[in-house]
Amino acid sequence: MPMDWIWGLIGGLLIGTGGAVYLLGNGKIMGASGIIGGLVDGSGRATALERTLFLLGVALMPAVLMPFFQGVTTNITDDYLVLVAAGLLVGVGTRLANGCTSGHGVCGMSRLSIRGFVATGIYIVAGGLGVVIFRHILGVI
Amino acid sequence: MLRHIIALIAGGLFGSGLFLSGMTNTAKVQGWLDVFGDWDPTLAFVMGGAMIPMALAWLVRNRRVTALTGAPLPPPASSEIDRKLVVGSVLFGMGWGLAGLCPGPTIAALSYGGPGLYVFLAAMLTGMLVAPSLRARLDRAVPAE
Repeated sequence: MPMDWIWGLIGGLLIGTGGAVYLLGNGKIMGASGIIGGLVDGSGRATALERTLFLLGVALMPAVLMPFFQGVTTNITDDYLVLVAAGLLVGVGTRLANGCTSGHGVCGMSRLSIRGFVATGIYIVAGGLGVVIFRHILGVI
Repeated sequence: MLRHIIALIAGGLFGSGLFLSGMTNTAKVQGWLDVFGDWDPTLAFVMGGAMIPMALAWLVRNRRVTALTGAPLPPPASSEIDRKLVVGSVLFGMGWGLAGLCPGPTIAALSYGGPGLYVFLAAMLTGMLVAPSLRARLDRAVPAE
């Protein structure tokens, strides 16, 4: 769709504003994998409510906005084997790297963090290779 | 109390942005990664747009001692490139390309992603649960310098 980049920009500005509010309000870096991971492995027990409310906001707002938009879809694959493999890779990978698209990408690169640039460069190349291998060579996605 | 309200607001902004930008659409994410297919540039606009307010926030951070709630601000970014960062980012990227999902959009799509999204979420949480033991192993593999 020709209007997609405008929505991308608007959405991006909102994502960055969320990160700015979280940083200047609570002194925290808005990284989705870190916020979720801290709840899963217990390392974020002291801030469990703060993390849970953040995630509640993330899950709630799309549900509130949904009635105003038509044809929103995730296009998610129905191949559960692919989803399990991908989920495990994303879960393990983001926690080993200590960040994902929001933490290393949005928050890291915007402070000119070397780790942010290295991580983002690597996961984009790996993701591109993944699509080439799994889509164009193996044909599983 | 204030920090909990701020967390909810920040999460709401993040979720709204992920929804409006189309980043919960796995086809758009995979379309951006698929440089040899029908390339979709949207993700670059999302990332660029997100970095504008975030970069401004980092500039403000440099002029402040504490956050609004009195909480300490994050220390300067570490520049250590270790094995965990590299291995983790390779694994994450592969999974990201495979399903077109990363952690933020997974949570944002909970109300409309269907059963497949919950399968992905369960696997992702399992991965996050086992990561600390792998982290320790990768640390041991590198002799202390």
